[in-house]
Amino acid sequence: MARVPDDRPDDIARDALPPPPPLPPELIAGEHTFGSVTEKIASLTLTRRTPLWWFAGFAVSFLLFMGLLWAVVNLLFRGIGVWGPNVPIGWGFDIINLVWWIGIGHAGTLISAILLLLRQPWRTSINRFAEAMTLFAVACAVFYPIFHTGRPWLAAYWLFPYPNTMGLWPQFRSPLIWDVFAIGTYASVSFLFWFVGLIPDFATLRDRAKSKPWKVAYGMLAMGWRGSARHWHNYDTAYLLLAGLATPLVISVHTVVSFDFAIGIVPGWHATIFPPYFVAGAIYAGFAMVLTLAIPLRKFYRLEDFITMTHLENMAKVMLATGLIVGYGYMTEAFMSWYSANEYERFMIVNRMTGPYWYMYAALILCNVVMINTLWVKNLRTSVPYLFFISFVVSVGMWLERYVIIVTSLHRDFLPSSWGMYSGTAYDWSAFIGTIGFFLTLFFLFIRFLPVISIFEMRTILPEAELKENP
Amino acid sequence: VKAPRHRLYGLMAEFHAPADVVAAAQAAHAAGYRRMEAYSPYPIEELAEALHLHHSKLPMLVLIGGVVGGLAGYGLQYWSSVIEYPMNIGGRPFHSWPAFIVPAFETTILFAALTAVLGMLALNGLPEPYHPVFNVPSFALATRDRFFLAIESRDPRFDEAETRRFLEGLSGVTAVAEVQP
Repeated sequence: MARVPDDRPDDIARDALPPPPPLPPELIAGEHTFGSVTEKIASLTLTRRTPLWWFAGFAVSFLLFMGLLWAVVNLLFRGIGVWGPNVPIGWGFDIINLVWWIGIGHAGTLISAILLLLRQPWRTSINRFAEAMTLFAVACAVFYPIFHTGRPWLAAYWLFPYPNTMGLWPQFRSPLIWDVFAIGTYASVSFLFWFVGLIPDFATLRDRAKSKPWKVAYGMLAMGWRGSARHWHNYDTAYLLLAGLATPLVISVHTVVSFDFAIGIVPGWHATIFPPYFVAGAIYAGFAMVLTLAIPLRKFYRLEDFITMTHLENMAKVMLATGLIVGYGYMTEAFMSWYSANEYERFMIVNRMTGPYWYMYAALILCNVVMINTLWVKNLRTSVPYLFFISFVVSVGMWLERYVIIVTSLHRDFLPSSWGMYSGTAYDWSAFIGTIGFFLTLFFLFIRFLPVISIFEMRTILPEAELKENP
Repeated sequence: VKAPRHRLYGLMAEFHAPADVVAAAQAAHAAGYRRMEAYSPYPIEELAEALHLHHSKLPMLVLIGGVVGGLAGYGLQYWSSVIEYPMNIGGRPFHSWPAFIVPAFETTILFAALTAVLGMLALNGLPEPYHPVFNVPSFALATRDRFFLAIESRDPRFDEAETRRFLEGLSGVTAVAEVQP
């Protein structure tokens, strides 16, 4: 290659690299520039006029959230007897909902961290609100382990290692303490990842805001971000490192949650398939929730240019793939129960399929094995109403999965004298629906006050951002 | 009495296209300027290369943070389970290391992630309540769609007239502004 002699070595090194793969054009629809992307996303936050649907949605969510308050007040004043769990079913809605919410959170981290490492540019327009979803889902999840103790202010000494006057320390050999560390770390790292992603966008809002109070508020959050090359240099490194740290973390979190079951000797829980099967289920449920939130969001905020059919279809594909892994997990569970030749294991799986909770298992198979396979059909996978519908099917299916795993495994104890039945009480249901309200309340606040799509990352995928020639 | 003339922070050139600011940064470096900074609304790897920025110290800090986190997490468990509060359960060993790995892994990640974020902020000098570049009115567009190259007056080669001429001669430059301190 003929080269003029004054070329610096780094130029030559860069030219020797293969060019990056061209971006698929369908990630951003319509003609967009740095300015138009910035204005579109920032104006959703900075507009003075709050849309009517926002007030309606927020009011309903807040009302549901009040159901949580009612349930918690009853719990604290009357004790955990108001909840359904009793011998032999010592775990009920509290752990079902903990696992359900934690699982939902996993998609946010997968999108923000794992897809970043895999260089998937389609993560860019969905990572911000998926990360917010993770944070809010984890907030809902931690409600259950905290309040299932009945008197949470008395539970601190066996949950957290702090020097207390009783001289007691947590039992670090217990999976429940592993949970405290795993979920605590997950909540902290998810918050850091989300906040770091927001810093350059806070700076954009600071510079775009018209009124002084908002300028000051966003300015404080931006912490003086200037977007200098030195800033971005360290920022990119930090973001990549966080992605690298969050990837093993997110795998570990649901693995540790599955240890709550797998470490125990209860038939139906004591299985080595649990960690991978729980992680796949978590991503599956999480993508369903991302779709549930993304479809109305793009509609009401008119974000069809940024959250295109490609994004929805890709999410449907991830859901299908992880759904098949979950289905494989069900098969393995059934096979291993037979193959173990253990009478308790065999009884458990037959009882799960044909016992008093057979309809729960049948509904679970319908949702997670039968319905998910409809996504093989491209017409269904690219139909927005159908995707919205299937996202609810998956959320219900994953809730049923945890119900089946927890309740059917416990309700037939080793001795028939300790058999029992379980159902959630009005307080259980009210707390569950209340956490959904809490989740949606936080989400409505988020979409009103913070940019729902990462503005600075959207700029990087615009055709304008391509450096055509390096002089 | 004449008011004392404040020394400028520097001169700032404005660009509309990312390729122009990269070329400008390369030209400024070739012209011998060192105390300068480029601003862009999104990360441009080539810009950091054009300014010859050193490798970030962050990965080393994060490694140290992770190692400290792992040792702290494991040490806490060892100390509380073996030394401070040993519990004999069926004669099992106090030092049950397989169980201790899980919380130690989580504290490793936690400390490393905290180091990554706090380290990034510290290396960038954030939070920083005041910076002279914000005195240029059009700098508000640096977080929207404009690109800037600022040469500081602290640079030994800086000369107000000479540097202004240099910046104005760059290709794609739309304005050159004085940055008040």
